[in-house]
Amino acid sequence: MPASVLRPLVRPGTDTDAVAGVVPRLVAEPASTDDVSRVMKDAAAQGHSVVVRGNGSKSTWGVPPSSLDLLVDLSRMNRVLEHEAGDLIVSAQAGTPLADLQEALAPAGQRLGVDDVVPRTTIGGLIATNVSGPRRVALGTVRDLVIGVTVVRADGVVAKAGGKVVKNVAGYDLSKLMVGSFGTLGVVTEATFRLHPVPEASTWLTVEAESPSAASDLIASVVHSQVVPAAVEVDAVPGAPTRLSVLLEGTERGVAQRSERVRDLLGTTTTYDVPLALPGHADGARTLLKLTTQISSAPEIAQAAVDLGFHVRGSVGVGVLYASTGEAARASAAVGTLRTLTGRSGGAAVVLDAPTDVRDVVDMWGPVQGLDLMRRVKHEFDPDNRLAPGRFVGGI
Amino acid sequence: MVDSGSVTRVLQRLRSQLPEAALVTDRTRLRTYECDGLLHYRVVPALVVLARSADDVRTTVAACAAEGVPFVARGSGTGLSGGALPHADGVLIVTSQLRQIHEVAPHDQRAVVDPGVINLQVSQAARPHGYYFAPDPSSQQICSVGGNVAENSGGAHCLKYGFTSNHVLSVDLVTPQGDSVTLGTRAPDAPGYDLLGAVVGSEGTLGVATSVTVRLVRSPESVQTLLAGFRTTDDAGSAVSAVIGAGIVPAAIEMMDALAIEAAEAAVACNYPDEAGAVLVVELDGPAEEVEHEFAAVERMCREAGAFEQRVAADDDERAAIWRGRKSAFAAVGRISPDYIVQDGVIPRTALPEVLREMTRLADERGLRVANVFHAGDGNLHPLVLFDESAPGQGERAEELSGAILDLCLAHGGSITGEHGVGADKAKHMPKMFSDDDLDTMQLVRCAFDPDGIANPGKIYPTPRLCGERPGKHTGPHPVQAAGLGEVF
Ligand SMILES: Cc1cc2nc3c(=O)[nH]c(=O)nc-3n(C[C@H](O)[C@H](O)[C@H](O)COP(=O)(O)OP(=O)(O)OC[C@H]3O[C@@H](n4cnc5c(N)ncnc54)[C@H](O)[C@@H]3O)c2cc1C
Ligand SMILES: Cc1cc2nc3c(=O)[nH]c(=O)nc-3n(C[C@H](O)[C@H](O)[C@H](O)COP(=O)(O)OP(=O)(O)OC[C@H]3O[C@@H](n4cnc5c(N)ncnc54)[C@H](O)[C@@H]3O)c2cc1C
Repeated sequence: MPASVLRPLVRPGTDTDAVAGVVPRLVAEPASTDDVSRVMKDAAAQGHSVVVRGNGSKSTWGVPPSSLDLLVDLSRMNRVLEHEAGDLIVSAQAGTPLADLQEALAPAGQRLGVDDVVPRTTIGGLIATNVSGPRRVALGTVRDLVIGVTVVRADGVVAKAGGKVVKNVAGYDLSKLMVGSFGTLGVVTEATFRLHPVPEASTWLTVEAESPSAASDLIASVVHSQVVPAAVEVDAVPGAPTRLSVLLEGTERGVAQRSERVRDLLGTTTTYDVPLALPGHADGARTLLKLTTQISSAPEIAQAAVDLGFHVRGSVGVGVLYASTGEAARASAAVGTLRTLTGRSGGAAVVLDAPTDVRDVVDMWGPVQGLDLMRRVKHEFDPDNRLAPGRFVGGI
Repeated sequence: MVDSGSVTRVLQRLRSQLPEAALVTDRTRLRTYECDGLLHYRVVPALVVLARSADDVRTTVAACAAEGVPFVARGSGTGLSGGALPHADGVLIVTSQLRQIHEVAPHDQRAVVDPGVINLQVSQAARPHGYYFAPDPSSQQICSVGGNVAENSGGAHCLKYGFTSNHVLSVDLVTPQGDSVTLGTRAPDAPGYDLLGAVVGSEGTLGVATSVTVRLVRSPESVQTLLAGFRTTDDAGSAVSAVIGAGIVPAAIEMMDALAIEAAEAAVACNYPDEAGAVLVVELDGPAEEVEHEFAAVERMCREAGAFEQRVAADDDERAAIWRGRKSAFAAVGRISPDYIVQDGVIPRTALPEVLREMTRLADERGLRVANVFHAGDGNLHPLVLFDESAPGQGERAEELSGAILDLCLAHGGSITGEHGVGADKAKHMPKMFSDDDLDTMQLVRCAFDPDGIANPGKIYPTPRLCGERPGKHTGPHPVQAAGLGEVF
């Protein structure tokens, strides 16, 4: 590939392009899947290591890349490609901010059923990091909503999987393989999702309890009830009451009547606008953990994290919690304990983001099942280990 | 290349590890397994192993791996795409004796079951706790959970609740190299690659599932079912669009056309509205007040779209009566036609009227009839191509029409299969939907799991990639072929 073809797309990297502290030598800003393919072919020819970026100037999640020649920035690929309201599907370029996508869908009374928990998250970043917000109780996660992807492989080959229809079992579901892969298998350039109608009414109902454990019976009563909650969230900080919030969505009348039933279960509630955000701030100084557990153990795990000094927020109704602390020493000490507890409950404690002094002493990902097969998948997709090297589980 | 000697060696290995009763070698008994629900492909396996435990599966796969012998997993054998079609020089591993439900944990909304457990039995075990297993293929009284996992099976209620893939938390898998590995966990979002997401729907080509942890869904408080009769499929179609357009997500919304209704009447006397050119079965479920409100809206929209008769099921018996016609439709077609092909294509829902019209034209051109019964909510068509094998040329014309219908689905941006899988039947259609690069990329997953290509070979992909080669285009004979070590068929 002659350099002249790429030059308009490539510039030198700067400090603001750093990925978890590593400054890329070059930054490419492709505007199309074809551009990405050319960039990746060129990178392959030169043996360049590559990290993909959606929007995240502070994209510090994951382990710092062991090498970074080229950052592929997708922020120019920000178009909604196709919205078929009658078929409840949308396709967009990977660099499209989730918020922009939702805005484009709103006039049709539709939405992509995921929450924007990290402001400015792009479609690609959403798929690659698989973060989820409160509504996952009702609508699932991006994994359940993505029905097709276009991916550029490490060797620059463009491949599609899935399609534009909700129901489709032709071939392997590569879309799911991309979810949560942190940019280590390929560059997602386009994705198609199934949509849901925006409900007529939606209400948060909140009660306070002394602590997550004290709320455990309340949580169970809602989770196993017939009120069909769209979200069951806990928000707990050490030394303060725990907030338990239930989101109801549906018709005006239905939500009003179900609100009554939630009050019967929980006692007097207040309406409090639950933040659709992860706990803590992205100030680079905080440690952010994702804790997963089977449902019945979620209150206990939340309690353990609060006792260890974390601010905990998350979908206690499905067993996914995010925990944050600004105290590095506490964070480093707590990871092992939380790993043991979540592990006992079939889950995991992953360090998503952390300051350097924590990164230096903890294993960000912890033990992972099926690692040998994962390594083989990585090897097939990226035999030279050039995509986000070292950022993922088990040193992948 | 497999030779019959390798299977003999597998048998010798297994004789020392499994009881004689687990090994089927008798030609007559082997023939019992020569096909699945798709009767027109038949292959007698070289050896059948009736597994009684996960260990039996592992032992068998390990023996196959050691000898390079292909193996095929089989659950209940109800597949409609020839997925469980045996390999003539291979081993068929039957999981139908693995039938234990190990755990039903309503407080964690999950159950742990053997792969041979029948789909409906999971719901039966969970129901006393107020839960059920959502994926409900029409074959749910006989198909196995292992088969559901392999096919990513769906059913009428998948419009609202999603497919098998959305309801499996973890799978114990015996890999084609004979190792046992757990993919996924009891908790959501296991860290690492979503290998479980790749395995569900992989049609037995990535290994054999030996244990499945499924998600249980709370049984709805209220269920309402409507049967609506329309003059034409266009009218019924516009009712579907109105419902979806109003932001209502029914639990199910199913359509049958005149010919499908005729067949169902002949078979089960379901007593659908007289002279209906199409019927819709619409089911809503959820909290009572919500269901009541939305149900009234659905009735109104059907009326406005031209429904001339509507019936509401007053109780479970009446609901079952409404569903009986729909659920028996495939088998019922046998009453009005000596032979038929069940097709399984998907289109964007909005293309429905156009596709149905075009399908009629394609059928007329060939002097054949097509009965339509389908999941209208998600555009999953099941055209039944009727023909008479004994009439000269009809069989071929039916095959050809069936393929033309798939092309029609693809021309509208759809898929060649929505729930039955690609199997042996549709591998040849895959290149119409995917480019060589797409297929090649899917094969990267296969190579990671099954470098020797012994897990259900010949299914899904028309030309499997030889693992170990670099991705990308190659010209000339493959090095392995050039060296005389392998052939391309
Ligand atoms: C509490 C908190 C708040 C934050 N707030 C902000 C904020 O306000 N603004 C902000 O920009 N960031 C923020 N971040 C950083 C955050 O880590 C990510 O940037 C976030 O996921 C946004 O998504 P993104 O699309 O920008 O992804 P990126 O950060 O660009 O990428 C995230 C990961 O996905 C991969 N990836 C991205 N796109 C693709 C693709 N198309 N194909 C394959 N892999 C891909 C990347 O390689 C990387 O591994 C915050 C983090 C935390 C913990
Ligand atoms: C009347 C009728 C109605 C049907 N309706 C529907 C429907 O509504 N929706 C739908 O989706 N399907 C339907 N089907 C198709 C079929 O029932 C499903 O695909 C079902 O999931 C197959 O299950 P099985 O146990 O019979 O699998 P089999 O036919 O035995 O096998 C199917 C595939 O799964 C693989 N397999 C089986 N067990 C395992 C295992 N333990 N590990 C790995 N791979 C395995 C096989 O190798 C094969 O590729 C219908 C079939 C019939 C006959």
